[in-house]
Amino acid sequence: MTWASVAPAVGEIFLTFAICAVLLIDAFAGEKRRGLTPTLTLLALAATAALMVGVGQVGGHVVLFNGLYVADPLADVLKFAALLFVAVGLLYSRSYMSQRGTDRGEYYVLTLTALLGIFVLASANSLLTVYIGVELLALSVYAMVAFDRDNGIAAEAAMKYFVLGAIASGMLLYGMSIIYGITGSLGLDEVAMRLGATHGAGAILGLTFIVVAVAFKLGAVPFHMWLPDVYEGAPTNVTLFIATAPKIAYFSLALRLLTHGLIGTEHEWSLMLGVLAVLTLVLGNVVAIVQSNLKRMLAYSAISNVGFIILGFVTGTQAGYAAALFFTLAYVLVTLGTFGVILLMTKKGFEADRLDDYKGLYSRDPLLALVMMVLMFSTAGVPPFLGFWAKLWIIQQLWATGHIWLVIIALVVSVIGAFYYLRIVRLMYMDPPGASQPLPEWQPGVRLAVGVNGLVVLVLGVLPGWLLALCSRVLH
Amino acid sequence: MHGFGLLSVLIWLPILAGLVVLLLGERSIRAGRWVALLASIATFAISILAYTGFDTSTASLQFVEKLSWIPTLNAFYGLGLDGISLPLVLLTTFMTIPVIIAGWTVIEQRPAQYYAAFLIMEGLMIGVFSATDALLFYFFWEAMLIPMFLIIGIWGGPRRVYATIKFFLYTFLGSVLMLAALIYMYVQTHDYSIAAFQALPLTLLQQRWIFLAFLLAFAVKVPMWPVHTWLPDAHVEAPTGGSVILAAIMLKMGGYGFLRFSLPITPDASRELVMLVITLSLIAVVYIGFVAMVQQDMKKLIAYSSIAHMGFVTLGTFGIYAVVAATGSLSGAVLGVDGAVVQMVSHGLISGALFLCVGVLYDRMHSREIASYGGVVNVMPYFAALMVFFGMANSGLPGTSGFVGEFMVILASFKASFWFAFLAALTLILGAAYTLWMIKRVIFGPVANSHVAQLTDLNGREFLVLGVLAAAVLLLGLYPAPLLNIMEVSVHHLVQQAVHSKLPL
Repeated sequence: MTWASVAPAVGEIFLTFAICAVLLIDAFAGEKRRGLTPTLTLLALAATAALMVGVGQVGGHVVLFNGLYVADPLADVLKFAALLFVAVGLLYSRSYMSQRGTDRGEYYVLTLTALLGIFVLASANSLLTVYIGVELLALSVYAMVAFDRDNGIAAEAAMKYFVLGAIASGMLLYGMSIIYGITGSLGLDEVAMRLGATHGAGAILGLTFIVVAVAFKLGAVPFHMWLPDVYEGAPTNVTLFIATAPKIAYFSLALRLLTHGLIGTEHEWSLMLGVLAVLTLVLGNVVAIVQSNLKRMLAYSAISNVGFIILGFVTGTQAGYAAALFFTLAYVLVTLGTFGVILLMTKKGFEADRLDDYKGLYSRDPLLALVMMVLMFSTAGVPPFLGFWAKLWIIQQLWATGHIWLVIIALVVSVIGAFYYLRIVRLMYMDPPGASQPLPEWQPGVRLAVGVNGLVVLVLGVLPGWLLALCSRVLH
Repeated sequence: MHGFGLLSVLIWLPILAGLVVLLLGERSIRAGRWVALLASIATFAISILAYTGFDTSTASLQFVEKLSWIPTLNAFYGLGLDGISLPLVLLTTFMTIPVIIAGWTVIEQRPAQYYAAFLIMEGLMIGVFSATDALLFYFFWEAMLIPMFLIIGIWGGPRRVYATIKFFLYTFLGSVLMLAALIYMYVQTHDYSIAAFQALPLTLLQQRWIFLAFLLAFAVKVPMWPVHTWLPDAHVEAPTGGSVILAAIMLKMGGYGFLRFSLPITPDASRELVMLVITLSLIAVVYIGFVAMVQQDMKKLIAYSSIAHMGFVTLGTFGIYAVVAATGSLSGAVLGVDGAVVQMVSHGLISGALFLCVGVLYDRMHSREIASYGGVVNVMPYFAALMVFFGMANSGLPGTSGFVGEFMVILASFKASFWFAFLAALTLILGAAYTLWMIKRVIFGPVANSHVAQLTDLNGREFLVLGVLAAAVLLLGLYPAPLLNIMEVSVHHLVQQAVHSKLPL
């Protein structure tokens, strides 16, 4: 094996070394140099991106490590997006963590291991690689949820997440073992070749377990139970993490497993996903209406948005998957900004997670209110914001493939969803401020980043052409 | 491909000016006001260029722009005007100026954002009227909801939150159905241009569904009975400027949608379901006329009167099928559509002016109740003269623009059926009854109470605004030829499209 032959995997290789280095340096740096680890982590992310651009042969299509790993344009897009989202997320979280004394080095190490898991999933080309990626990501995130170990609610959330997540991993592994038993191979290419359109009931059994696991990871109804508790219970910086980069990884999980390895069972899985999507869209949107906790409301909003991503898979066409990819990226970008605003609002002893905390935000902090409004209208799918195109493209692909009932359901739930996003805007702009709300902190750097985040959602909403073209090209 | 041109300037100039006002912020509101006023005047001046440069001898689109926008979806940044959209663009640029002036000293809370919202909305509304690409049309159509949502919700009356959420969700629901129809057609044409949709052959079944989706979207906007209930709430709670824009322009988008989408894209379904629309229109004219009569609140009364008057627009638009069926010739149909467009422009001026009149009273007394007033003529003679004039125009007095549109539509419906014309003509009685009765109770009689006695007459700013509007109403009423002249060829073309069946013989 020569260096040139592993160059496309430079991102993962460098990240692995960086994780070890950060862990060691943090252990020796001690309490005095608190700022060192975050800086090193951000540098590692930047270096990863630079190396991928420099030597990673971006845009090529190669299969490495005996078929375990694939480097293709899709993986490149997912990895760069994950890098960006993780880096910006760390920037948003910094002050929240230092206020609560949770900005310890381990958090950054866990973030990097989770990111490595995302990378592995993005490039997975074998059932084995898929499983390694899933576990690497999931175990890191369980620990992150429990990071504030004196917080009872967070510990409870972590426990729920871990137990249910372990069951899902078991399901995934069991499904994979059945598929392996039938095809005699772990590589997704061979599985796809041997599992043709004619297959026995065994393949369906294996597929069912895998779909359940994927649905659990994405948070699709009825496998969503963990999601609201984890979103609400976890420290907000961890909620931000869970709500952003891992969604990209789980998109890849669904895409690589279902539309590549198990493509022979497309008829079955698109039926299963269709049912899941309807349940997810309806329950997510309806239950979100009655929430009074913002993080919990965003959890149900996440569930309903996952419904749209799944709809992209139901189409069974490359264009539909491209629409799902676009939706995922758009949704994560908007969610990142939303949690950025929430984190800016918090103070020590003030979590800013109740809807009432946003009353009259406009008069206290116009910029944050404006950004939040842009993000809420975007999630509701109103032009001229990015979220509109995400929904439009999914619905267009559903029409193109003749799923008329799904189109109607998607449209109706969009209107229902608009109600609770509008409610946030209403609280911020039209209600008088509450009595005991502290002023948000003035952190110029983070403020600027959140502002740019909102601006990007607007600019991409007016000129979405290149991002659509990119998504459609990488999934051609 | 054509580059950036006149229409792009018309759309983006007010939007950019709005952003400038927003960035100037509340502290430099003096400068912000002038930027807003100058931008709205400049936009109007540029739209006059579109009027003078418009070629009335062709029905094809003019000032065309077409730039690649979203290649993946084959959507273009396509703009163009014809004889139907030009008057509405002019109406938009014209009516924004009084709105800016009317808010000059009245808006005390966050004035910079108030002006920014109206300027941005002006650009978006011009975008709606000039888009030739359905996706771009929808983009502007929906984006416009956001500033209006904020205008009602922030600067509105006591129940503003309820009103604005109702407004948003009603229109949003209607719009997504239209979006479904647009996407459905796109899937067949792979082209979002409206012209491609108009040329797309559709079976009767397909047309029926598309027609119903459009009907709901546009009917909510017009608004037609029975999906009108958001309008009185929105009008009552909106600030004066919001009411003016809502009544003068946003309602016209529904009428414009019928003309641009429903008639040419689904001609056979329109013909088949025409009785449905005519019935709804006549209910709006007659029943809502009675509802208007019993209102206690001036703004509510004018809101209901708007619904009744917009009934003429839908009657004139869809009456063409009944006229052609009855007479076999197109001339009566052209008259109906002409009447509908004239009525849209005229109603834009008159209802806008009436809301401004109510605004003048409200700024002084902080009451919209008819019962709070009486004998205003004794203390505000100039104001009383203008309000009586607009009241007359609203009841369709000959010589005002209100007469022209209604008369043309009634004439056209006479050719279809005596009973249509009879019911439509009831408005001449009902409209006069509810408008003049309100005028009588508010303006005439002895001075009702001490608050009225302390009222001061119009200041120069208010007089200017109402005076210009009065001149426009009078001009259009006495000499509507320039407007009809612009529309003539385009309306002919539209009627031909509308009666040309898409079904295979």
